[in-house]
Amino acid sequence: MKILVGIKRVVDYNVRVRVLADGSGVDTDGVKMSVNPFDEIALEEALRIRDAGNAEEVIVVSAGGDECQQQLRTGLAMGADRAIQIQTSEGLQPLSTARAFLKVIEREDPGLVLLGKQAIDDDNCQTGQMLAALWERPQATSASKLELNGNSATVVREVDAGLETIEIDLPAVVTVDLRLNEPRFVKLPDIMKAKRKPMDVVSLEELGVAIEGNLEIGHYAPPPQREQGIMVEDAAQLVEELKNRGLL
Amino acid sequence: MTAREIMEYDVIIVGAGPAGLSCAIRLKQLKPDLMVAVIEKGAQIGAHILSGAVIEPEPLDQLLPGWRENPPPVCIPVAKDELWLLTKKGKIRLPTPPQQKNHGNFIVSLGSMCAWMAQKAEALEVDIFPGYAAAEIRFNDDGAVGGVIIGDMGVDSAGKHKDNYMQGIEIHAAMTVLCEGCRGHLSKQLIRKFELDKDCDPQTYGIGMKELWRVQPGKSKPGLVQHTTGWPLDAKTYGGSFIYHLDKDRIAIGFVTGLDYQDPAFRPFEAFQQMKHHPMLHELLEGGEILSSGARAIVEGGYQSLPKTEMPGALLIGDAAGMLNVPKIKGTHQAMRCGMMAAEHINDTASAEGFDAKLRDSEIVRELYKVRNIRPAFYSGLWRGFVRSAIETVTLGKLPTTLSIHDDDSTLKKRDDYTAPDRKWVDRDLPPRDRLASVYFAATEHDEDQPVHLRILEPDICTTRCAEEYDNPCTRFCPANVYEMVADDRVKKDGGRRLQINASNCVHCKVCDIKDPYQIINWVTPEGGCGPNYQNM
Ligand SMILES: Cc1cc2nc3c(=O)[nH]c(=O)nc-3n(C[C@H](O)[C@H](O)[C@H](O)COP(=O)(O)OP(=O)(O)OC[C@H]3O[C@@H](n4cnc5c(N)ncnc54)[C@H](O)[C@@H]3O)c2cc1C
Ligand code: SF4
Repeated sequence: MKILVGIKRVVDYNVRVRVLADGSGVDTDGVKMSVNPFDEIALEEALRIRDAGNAEEVIVVSAGGDECQQQLRTGLAMGADRAIQIQTSEGLQPLSTARAFLKVIEREDPGLVLLGKQAIDDDNCQTGQMLAALWERPQATSASKLELNGNSATVVREVDAGLETIEIDLPAVVTVDLRLNEPRFVKLPDIMKAKRKPMDVVSLEELGVAIEGNLEIGHYAPPPQREQGIMVEDAAQLVEELKNRGLL
Repeated sequence: MTAREIMEYDVIIVGAGPAGLSCAIRLKQLKPDLMVAVIEKGAQIGAHILSGAVIEPEPLDQLLPGWRENPPPVCIPVAKDELWLLTKKGKIRLPTPPQQKNHGNFIVSLGSMCAWMAQKAEALEVDIFPGYAAAEIRFNDDGAVGGVIIGDMGVDSAGKHKDNYMQGIEIHAAMTVLCEGCRGHLSKQLIRKFELDKDCDPQTYGIGMKELWRVQPGKSKPGLVQHTTGWPLDAKTYGGSFIYHLDKDRIAIGFVTGLDYQDPAFRPFEAFQQMKHHPMLHELLEGGEILSSGARAIVEGGYQSLPKTEMPGALLIGDAAGMLNVPKIKGTHQAMRCGMMAAEHINDTASAEGFDAKLRDSEIVRELYKVRNIRPAFYSGLWRGFVRSAIETVTLGKLPTTLSIHDDDSTLKKRDDYTAPDRKWVDRDLPPRDRLASVYFAATEHDEDQPVHLRILEPDICTTRCAEEYDNPCTRFCPANVYEMVADDRVKKDGGRRLQINASNCVHCKVCDIKDPYQIINWVTPEGGCGPNYQNM
């Protein structure tokens, strides 16, 4: 079985994200970029499945400009066998990404597709679900535990009410949550090995996927600054202040 | 304990600053089949680099001819120099001393320039490994340096292995080049072990703090280079500020002060913030926003404090040795020149021997010699310093005397022996509010569950002697508020207080390792990839 893992290049989670002055986007000048942390967890899971003998090959896929090869190389250094870059200079919306991934699935015929539950840049949380629908295969989202049993898988999902355990047939799309595992560190010699692992580059056009902008982005704005609070002396003053503001 | 995995190289370079990268590039230009690796503790190249920076371009011309057609991302020709003497509210324009003239120089972001240089090095097949700290030196059986040991990853705060534990590997190399920058922690050990400093004066340092701002449109004048001296420092404390005007409404503003200050209650961070509230700067910054901020120690001893730069199997270059030219406040060109020289020496001789003699007979050390008396001239205060440095400058440093350099840890006065001058500091309204707010702009990150990388060798001293004699100056000189004395019910003695170390805030400036009066703080490398994530600094 092959496992396909999606990897997205995003602004690192430690970076303080700043909106460009003209509201056209987010400032990425000199900003640290990383693999989306959920995707790293997806890859770690795929590697563990392979290393336990339950898969033959782990393929990392990313859609983006040539910069995203850096994140694919990180994936290869973690242990993926090969990488595919879906080349596009435009930022894709989830539906286009899902369509592009579907084309790769058709070429590679994986038994399992592992994705992060969402990317920490735009937090859409849609690609996995859309991909499963397009592929007409089962999906399990926000997985915190994954067990393969031949042609099916048992997945524990993190849901609002707690945990939900479901059984799905394979092939399927599973999107992963934070608690699934702790990703490994990359070993130095593996960075060198990763340089020699295959990286295929296909363009969106070659895959026959047209970019659809079904959402139009008006502008970006930072969240409003929180106003300075006041300290109240006692409950009476609190009630008074709330009343003055028409909140009570 | 299993044997560590080993990687072999011809040359291993520790630190991807201008020194290390220049050395790597030159080595591969001279001998393409040499195996060269560079280890960098920052998560990305440039993430731990904090500099001004106005740079002299000659070394770039030598290293990468044609760079002017394809310059680093932030690179603005200097258009004008200004030097101001500040009083609390006023300012006096001073003539720019010759060493500070910047005609023909460029304002860059040294961090992004290093990232740019790293690409050039990778194109020459240098293996560059950001995110890995060289934690220890590996010695050969004969005692010579034989490479480095990379720090383990995935160790918890109690020293136990976590699920994702990864043992650091050993990198073996015929030649190790230490380019850790100011107060390198491996360099410090090697200087001690091989007694490299036995024939020179002690080293002296400064603390540099910097913020990158986006100001209101029209306020930044790209290419303008401003320096100030005077307020808010008293005449006994060495220091001043730099204000470099970049493109895209950006301004790099920084403040440098000598770590040989005497006042145990002095707060360098507060002095920097005060400086920003001088009317001239307040006007400039008002309405703007901070993009990135941080701090880094600066090596200031120069000629008199230059240790021996070679030892069996290794060379010590750039700020790790202390090649910065203090009156110019420039070390980048020196680091680059020295990087190239080290590469040429390694290529010619395949050994460390003879490098130090070559260095001392080079333009690098001649430049330091000319200005050797300027920094110590300021030991007797700002005014005498001005006079003496003017004399040294017009005589090109040819006067026969050489003033000696003192260390920084012993200059601090005990609180009972020092009356602080009335600093007349003002109320502040520009960000950041305090050190924690500032650290936020450094985007610094350390996994909290790892051993504390600030090792206190004798913790008892903190709550006893240091508390009494100096009132714990670490709580004030650290620009990131890492050290706090906190009340703790469980502590029954010493007033119920203990030292709390907020190690995850550390920005790797190394000031605590330098200024602590008892020399009991030892800065060691945390897990690779931890630390600040500077943006265009
Ligand atoms: C506030 C300030 C302003 C300055 N302004 C100017 C200026 O205007 N012009 C100018 O020319 N110079 C300026 N300098 C000086 C200049 O920045 C330095 O001289 C120069 O950066 C020295 O280069 P380097 O390569 O020796 O060290 P650094 O640039 O310090 O690089 C050292 C690198 O090694 C890494 N490292 C250290 N230890 C380890 C380890 N054990 N394992 C792995 N990696 C490690 C560090 O993370 C860092 O990336 C300024 C410095 C400061 C602090
Ligand atoms: S703990 Fe030391 S090295 Fe870290 S920021 Fe504070 S003074 Fe600098």
